[in-house]
Amino acid sequence: MNIQAMANEIPSEGEHSIEGIDFITSGDQYLTFTLSHEQYAVDILCVEEIRSWERPTIIPNSPTYIQGVINMRGVIVPIIDLRLKFSIGEASYTETTVVIVLTYQDDVASRTMGFVVDAVSDVLNVESEEIKPAPQFGGCVPPQYIEGLINAEANVVTLLNVANLQLLEKDDNHA
Amino acid sequence: MTVDLSQFIPSFLEESFEGLELMESGLLNLQEGDSELIHSIFRAAHSIKGGAGTFGFENVTDFTHLVETLLDEMRDGRREITSEDTEILLESVDCIRLLIEAARDGEEYDNEKIEQTSKRLTATLDGKNHSKEACDNTEEVVKSPNDLEYLIHFVPELSLAKTGNDPIFLFTALAELGVLTIEADSSSLPALNDIDPLELYLSWQLKLISSASIDDIKEIFEWVEDECELDIIIVDADNLASSSTVQDLEQSSNEQVKEVKETQGVEVSSNSETSNQSEVTKESNAGIKPKAKSDVGSIRVGVDKVDSLINLVGELVITQSMLSELGSDFDMSKVDRLTNGLEQLLQNTKELQESVMRIRMLPISFAFNRFPRLVHDLANKTGKDMELVIKGEQTELDKTVMEQIGDPLVHLIRNAVDHGIESSEVRLANGKPKQGVISLDAYHQGGNIVIEISDDGGGIDRENVFSKAVEKGLVDANATLTDSQVFDLLFEPGFSTAAEVTDISGRGVGMDVVKRNIQALGGRIQVDSTPGEGSTFKVNLPLTLAILDGQLVKVGTETYIIPLISIVESLQIEKEYLNRVSGDMDLYRLRDDNVPILPIYQLFNINSQCTDLDNALLVVVESDGQKVGLMVDDLLAQQQVVIKSLKDNYQQVLGISGATILGDGSVAMILDIPGMIQMALEKAQRIQLKKYPNHTDKVGEYI
Amino acid sequence: MTKVLVVDDSNSIRDMVSFTLKSAGYQTVEAKDGQEGLSKAQGDSFDLVISDVNMPNMDGIALCTELRKLANFKFTPILMLTTESSTDMKMRGKAAGATGWLVKPFNPEKLLATIKRVVR
Repeated sequence: MNIQAMANEIPSEGEHSIEGIDFITSGDQYLTFTLSHEQYAVDILCVEEIRSWERPTIIPNSPTYIQGVINMRGVIVPIIDLRLKFSIGEASYTETTVVIVLTYQDDVASRTMGFVVDAVSDVLNVESEEIKPAPQFGGCVPPQYIEGLINAEANVVTLLNVANLQLLEKDDNHA
Repeated sequence: MTVDLSQFIPSFLEESFEGLELMESGLLNLQEGDSELIHSIFRAAHSIKGGAGTFGFENVTDFTHLVETLLDEMRDGRREITSEDTEILLESVDCIRLLIEAARDGEEYDNEKIEQTSKRLTATLDGKNHSKEACDNTEEVVKSPNDLEYLIHFVPELSLAKTGNDPIFLFTALAELGVLTIEADSSSLPALNDIDPLELYLSWQLKLISSASIDDIKEIFEWVEDECELDIIIVDADNLASSSTVQDLEQSSNEQVKEVKETQGVEVSSNSETSNQSEVTKESNAGIKPKAKSDVGSIRVGVDKVDSLINLVGELVITQSMLSELGSDFDMSKVDRLTNGLEQLLQNTKELQESVMRIRMLPISFAFNRFPRLVHDLANKTGKDMELVIKGEQTELDKTVMEQIGDPLVHLIRNAVDHGIESSEVRLANGKPKQGVISLDAYHQGGNIVIEISDDGGGIDRENVFSKAVEKGLVDANATLTDSQVFDLLFEPGFSTAAEVTDISGRGVGMDVVKRNIQALGGRIQVDSTPGEGSTFKVNLPLTLAILDGQLVKVGTETYIIPLISIVESLQIEKEYLNRVSGDMDLYRLRDDNVPILPIYQLFNINSQCTDLDNALLVVVESDGQKVGLMVDDLLAQQQVVIKSLKDNYQQVLGISGATILGDGSVAMILDIPGMIQMALEKAQRIQLKKYPNHTDKVGEYI
Repeated sequence: MTKVLVVDDSNSIRDMVSFTLKSAGYQTVEAKDGQEGLSKAQGDSFDLVISDVNMPNMDGIALCTELRKLANFKFTPILMLTTESSTDMKMRGKAAGATGWLVKPFNPEKLLATIKRVVR
């Protein structure tokens, strides 16, 4: 059983056990993934689905981190390579390369975009007080994309802000 | 009981707008003595008034009442039909529309206009006869609200029952007003043999103790007052009982009512409640308030269209079950049946698609309907004599396209009236009929709809247009242009100027806006004109915005779709017709034109193996009268594609109008030809700027 | 169940009348003009007819005259819906055999109250 299927099967609430791993889902849940060797997370409620990488259709003259668009059940979904957007690691496309499709809905509209990551790793249960503000200095990821930091055992996971992640930069149309 | 009337309001609004349209077109064609027409106009006004009152749009009712009264006088032949009256009525139609729209949107309206028109209507009405209103309002609130004793003598005519009235119901209604005592008089009952079962021989003596006014009682007998003898007497009107004495009243019902507590002055009593009246006021206050409704937009669909859909879905279900049965145990011996089944599925899907599209299709008469009025008004304003001939109004067009093509068409018609049709004197002098003709035609051509606006006026003066364009710096004075290129200058931004803005065609929008709007719909516009004979503007539009006929092309790994409507031709480049000018620009000689070559791979920055111009495939497209050759790697199939927006999850992309999903599930971009030409222009300018940074003139204007 | 024939060329008014009647427990049959009203009346019987006056094809007055010729409609109450409060129109209605009239605008309460004056 692979991790994607696992992530898909975890209910958002209650206790659940898959393959011997217990998921006790009390606080909010976050899906974690890796970009190069770094750990990142997004709110699991925004996760529409996790797909394996497929070559998208190019959007002419778009920035390199916008890989193109794919057809997801009749909906045109743009694909953004987070490794390129944040300049982390190398953008290689292997069998484990996955696309996390995130939908963010506000009062006006909902927007769906796919984000290329190296691999999906885990689901974290985090109480809101466990999310620490990120230090203001350093890092490849611009601060507007960072919601906070989560300590998961020895690792530090960067929690990303889905709404801002979906905002396109002004010059996104001109390479 | 309460009934929520608001659910009927959308239907009322729709009906009213239809009614207004009917009134408008009727008024435009109205001739003295056409009683059928005036009746139908009257009926429309009447329905609007009735509905408006019922649904609580009082301002509409009040205003329409005036219109109705005027129409009523015309209908009855009490008033001649003059053109002034028709004008006022047409204006009133606008006012009613304004009021109804304001009511629908819950918005303010131009009260001044309403009041002015309303005054004119009243003045017109007063000119002939006195309005009935005067006496309507004189019935003041009646005085005696406290209990009174009425003696009612009711002798119906023998035939009363023949109109469906039954005294029992009258008495029941009376009993609701207070305490009723009934005494029947059967003295006039004939001998049994002489009785006609259809006739009524009884009469009644009634006594009612009630706080109701005499008018309330009369109202109950309203329907039968001409078929009976009716006397209503108020017993001892000076003696007023206070309302707390109902029991007392009952006890003394045979006697005169005695004063029990204090006597109230008659004039004060208007404050106390009379059940009936207070109810009436409550009702009118509680009338439905027009709610602000967001226009969700609805379509009226003929039942036949829905039925055909249901039939098709039925067939689809049959095909589907056939295929799944086939799939459940499939072997190669059944491959023929599978192919047949798939064939059938293809057919079903295609038909279903067409039928669904047809639901959005409306006859273009919806857009054309406003034009007779427009031309009528414009003719009055300019003093030119003209008629509008409409053809092909049953041609169907997508609802969205229809909604957006209205304004450009209005502009083109204004333009034809203003610049096309000459004055009667000039026409006669040129040996033309005095009356000018503007014609509006719509027809299908291929997968498109063509709308033609033509006039039999003076035509476009080629030299005039050209010199004006030179003057405005839109074109070089030495340029040699074809007629159609000259006429296309009309659509250049900045061509029409303040100097020639007239009240009619110059309202801040120029022909360039018309052209832009048409292009935004994926259409194009062309002009043709013969001096002295007139001009024709031809608007070519896609039938729908949801589906597009496209040519699939390959560039590198990507598949693109070029809208068929913009394609002039596709060809293979022959070296001898290639020319390179000013270093960077490749031109291809296509008959008389020099067509700039735009390699898509360059414009979109994608990798392609086919970068050699020689023998490359060129798809020549046209937009804005500008032809360009799009260089592609390969030509694929032509097919209809469903347009999907990129903006939903992404944003507008330069040079791309949308995307679609191909048969294999992959996404393909649909090219936006005007956008691509724009991109190419900008790119050329950037290159020029880099090369000659001091040379700031716009370059590439006429590539 | 009391059965009412509702004749009006305006969809909204017809729907409104019909809806009001239905929610008060009446059974209704609708017709969009006098012609259709008459053909629906033929071979059927109703406890009440409510009809608009101004309609295309056959107006309410003519419908009334025609209905009164039918055996089934000799005593059936017929109410005319009219915006015209002029006595002239009322007289023409009466002459044609109408039972009474209901002056528009009216609301559901008034409609039901009026109907109670002609049917049980």
